[in-house]
Amino acid sequence: MAEDTAVKTREQTGRAQVIRSTQCTVEVVSDSGEGAQKCGQTFGAVSAKMGNGVWTVEIIPAEIQPPPRSPAGASGNRIRIGERVVTNWGDRTNVCIAFNEQVLLARHRLDAIEDDAILLVENMWATHSDEDIRAEWTAAMEELGGAGYRIIEVPMEQECLTVVDNARKGKNMFALGILCWMFDRDMDLTREQIAHAFRKKAAEITERNHQLLELGYAWADENLDVRIDVRPGLSAENTLVMNGNQAAAFGAVAAGMEMAAMYPITPATSVSHQLGEIFYKFGGIVHQAEDEIAAVGVAIGASYSGKVAFTITSGPGLALKTEFLGLSVMAEIPLVVVDVQRGGPSTGLPTKVEQSDLLAALFGQPGDAPHVVMAPATIEECFHAMITARRIAETFRTLVVVMTDANLATGVQPFPRPTLDPAWQGSAPDMSAIPEGKPPYDWDEATGLSRRFIPGTPGGMHTLTGLAHDGNSRVAYASAINQKSSEMRSRKMAVLQSTLRPPEVYGAESGDLLVVGWGSTKGAIEEAVDRARAEGVSVSSLHLRFLSPMEPGLKAIFSRFKKVMTVEINYSDELDMPYITEENRRRGQLAWLLRAQTLVDVDCWTRVLGEPLRPGAIHDVIRSNVSKGGAA
Amino acid sequence: MSHSCSLLAPVDEDQEFHLDDYEGARARWCPGCGDHSVLTAAQRLLVDEQLKPEETVFVSGIGCSSRFPHYMKTYGFHGLHGRALPVATGIKLHRPDLNVFVVMGDGDCVSIGAGHWVHATRYNVDMVAMMLDNNIYGLTKMQTSPTTPQGYKSNTQPQGSWLPALNPIEATLGITNASFVAQTAEWIPAHLFATLQAAYRHNGFAFVRVLQRCPVFTADIYMDAVRNPEMIDMLDHPDGVPVPESLRQIYPNHLRHDPLNLSAARDLAADTSRIRLGVFFRDEGLPRYEETRHLPAHTADDKIRILNEELDQYAV
Ligand SMILES: Cc1ncc(C[n+]2csc(CCOP(=O)(O)OP(=O)(O)O)c2C)c(N)n1
Ligand SMILES: [Mg+2]
Repeated sequence: MAEDTAVKTREQTGRAQVIRSTQCTVEVVSDSGEGAQKCGQTFGAVSAKMGNGVWTVEIIPAEIQPPPRSPAGASGNRIRIGERVVTNWGDRTNVCIAFNEQVLLARHRLDAIEDDAILLVENMWATHSDEDIRAEWTAAMEELGGAGYRIIEVPMEQECLTVVDNARKGKNMFALGILCWMFDRDMDLTREQIAHAFRKKAAEITERNHQLLELGYAWADENLDVRIDVRPGLSAENTLVMNGNQAAAFGAVAAGMEMAAMYPITPATSVSHQLGEIFYKFGGIVHQAEDEIAAVGVAIGASYSGKVAFTITSGPGLALKTEFLGLSVMAEIPLVVVDVQRGGPSTGLPTKVEQSDLLAALFGQPGDAPHVVMAPATIEECFHAMITARRIAETFRTLVVVMTDANLATGVQPFPRPTLDPAWQGSAPDMSAIPEGKPPYDWDEATGLSRRFIPGTPGGMHTLTGLAHDGNSRVAYASAINQKSSEMRSRKMAVLQSTLRPPEVYGAESGDLLVVGWGSTKGAIEEAVDRARAEGVSVSSLHLRFLSPMEPGLKAIFSRFKKVMTVEINYSDELDMPYITEENRRRGQLAWLLRAQTLVDVDCWTRVLGEPLRPGAIHDVIRSNVSKGGAA
Repeated sequence: MSHSCSLLAPVDEDQEFHLDDYEGARARWCPGCGDHSVLTAAQRLLVDEQLKPEETVFVSGIGCSSRFPHYMKTYGFHGLHGRALPVATGIKLHRPDLNVFVVMGDGDCVSIGAGHWVHATRYNVDMVAMMLDNNIYGLTKMQTSPTTPQGYKSNTQPQGSWLPALNPIEATLGITNASFVAQTAEWIPAHLFATLQAAYRHNGFAFVRVLQRCPVFTADIYMDAVRNPEMIDMLDHPDGVPVPESLRQIYPNHLRHDPLNLSAARDLAADTSRIRLGVFFRDEGLPRYEETRHLPAHTADDKIRILNEELDQYAV
């Protein structure tokens, strides 16, 4: 390619400086509707295909149609690429390309940008006919200028108008061209990826986008003097790239489930969008119910009459489903619930990540309602968790809550393509005739397990009830019967726990500090542990996939560390706050559980900033905790 | 469905079911409770239709009336207050081969479960939904229900119910895609049976309001109507419920009403000066939600192949 040759020449003659880096975080931000997301997604996909590790997250404005050029309207993508696997969104952004200075300002004010970052910003606003806009530009550039970034003005509008009439619709591909030059992306792959992204549109659209891409590339080659070299160190072979909600949707299909009942709620809804596209091909149905209560009711009705069904929701919906979840436990109807957590309580932070539903998921149901709570830690695990959840739900006749969060839901990452196993589909439920006299809750004394009687099965007629009942499913208020049936339902959790393996410690088996996490924070925690260990800090981490029942051996593992603390995305008090004492301190939700479970004095560090934890922040926490307590 | 019962069931196809084949636990409603009569009618219907007990599910909520499934010897689902309809919808969507009956109280159906009543009506999934309307909360001991007559005293409104009673027939007729709306009374067994049978045979969601006496809390509400058949108009039509022969003399007021005529149905329902029994509306031409469910006959291997094709689109 001519351009490539030109660039090489430029590098050779020393006109472009090349910064070599093991990883780099890039943001593309615009007003919503200007296509920054498509630009970012394409950049991420091309990087994955080239063999870079990639983690992409969307930057979503809280409103559907925020006013243009407002900091609240910043919309786009953040793409972190690395030489090796990237497990989290990283710290601050190294390169940002913005379609106006206001959205850039928003990122700056959110402390999203690294001190020495390179910022590329559309400069049409500097000379805009509207005086107010020019003033905004000046003020913003002054604020940004004070921060020490390297700011490069880009005449996006002017350049794009040479190819399109409406530059608003073209800047994203122009920006992609700039990024492709800066990161030396494979241009054939990029053109292919664009063609794929616009495959449903007219051929001219792809062609025009290719032109804009070339234009951006050429502009960068002409005008920029810095390139960033993040070498692809992975094989892209046999890899899938998708977000956690898509992975959960595909996992549900792979698990042979056929009914998803839901009511739209961010950030869970897109599971149903994905299923809506494909489920019917497998005989599956996405039922959009009139509300969350109906959704779980439909799922329970379906589960009761055959293969287990599932419902997808987020915090407010989980709250509405509570009564039915208790019924599922009481009547031992298998059910899978996916809770894609967002910020709470109440409507909270609909699009933002939090891990604050843990205790609600575990204990939200009135009465004693033992059930299973699992938390996939990666996007890949979102797929596999659905298969595990179905199997546990049916084997143990129980409720399984699978907890993901907005970080997993919207993060996009390549992961090894699973080898699909037909056995995951499960066999048809046992509908062979029931021998006379066999009760519908024929609890095995030791395990509490019993066979499900599914409608259609001869000889199995009985009435299931959410009232206290004996083995024959007869309503029973006798105290001994309630004690017994409670025991049987609880026993199943112990039996499941006996089949779980102790969790693996990441890092050394003993040391000064053990950081314990759950859910989407795994990548950030382990990256922080790696950084600290590289400095000689004695720290390891542990990640839990089962929160109920808990994986075995925790107390023994904890005993090998001087200090144990959780790192979570939920709220906790800190001891230096007014009124807060050891006695009244409210701790992180996992810390709360672990203290109760192990009697170990588990500390915690938690934040509810509406964003995933940054590995750098966890790294700081590790350092201060080891120098403070553990190592002493 | 893969687990179609005819393959597995060692049932003799010629087996004939009798009343006792449908009789579950002994009914524990109060003596004189109208629910007994509905139970008998339902059991008679199952005999008449020769429904296999194991292929029939009675779903209920919580309330006196919701004890119903325990007294049937079919599959039963005695779930949550107000939530029978979603459960029944899930069962029927997953297992269209099953016969699904829903039994609700008035509180169950038009108060706590009102949202589900509206939407189940619109979904028009093939099932029979009975609302046993005693105009009161029975199980929790006499609190006002949406259908309690205005001025009627209860434990929560001892000065009398403030508001005019909700009219469940008129309201159901107002719901888009309602396909079968009928009213009957438990003290007229022949009409009750004929109405349930028409509901069962209807292809779609059949809503039946059963006027039901509660001898303990609302004994007086239907007293006059029971004693005086003159107060009742029987809706009469071959496409609805023709007035049973045995009742033609006792109930002299017959109104010829074509159940396809929705606006006439709404007028008849809105006029509460008379008690009207029969089929107000019936249209089998309306879309049924379960028709959206297609069940391609795939083996597990087929599904894996299709899924792999889908995943190819996400391959790096
Ligand atoms: C969520 C919930 N709220 C309240 C109750 C208490 N409760 C049980 S039955 C009932 C009302 C029963 O009235 P109705 O539905 O008319 O049935 P009936 O007993 O009259 O047949 C109530 C309020 C409950 N079981 N669950
Ligand atoms: Mg009632």
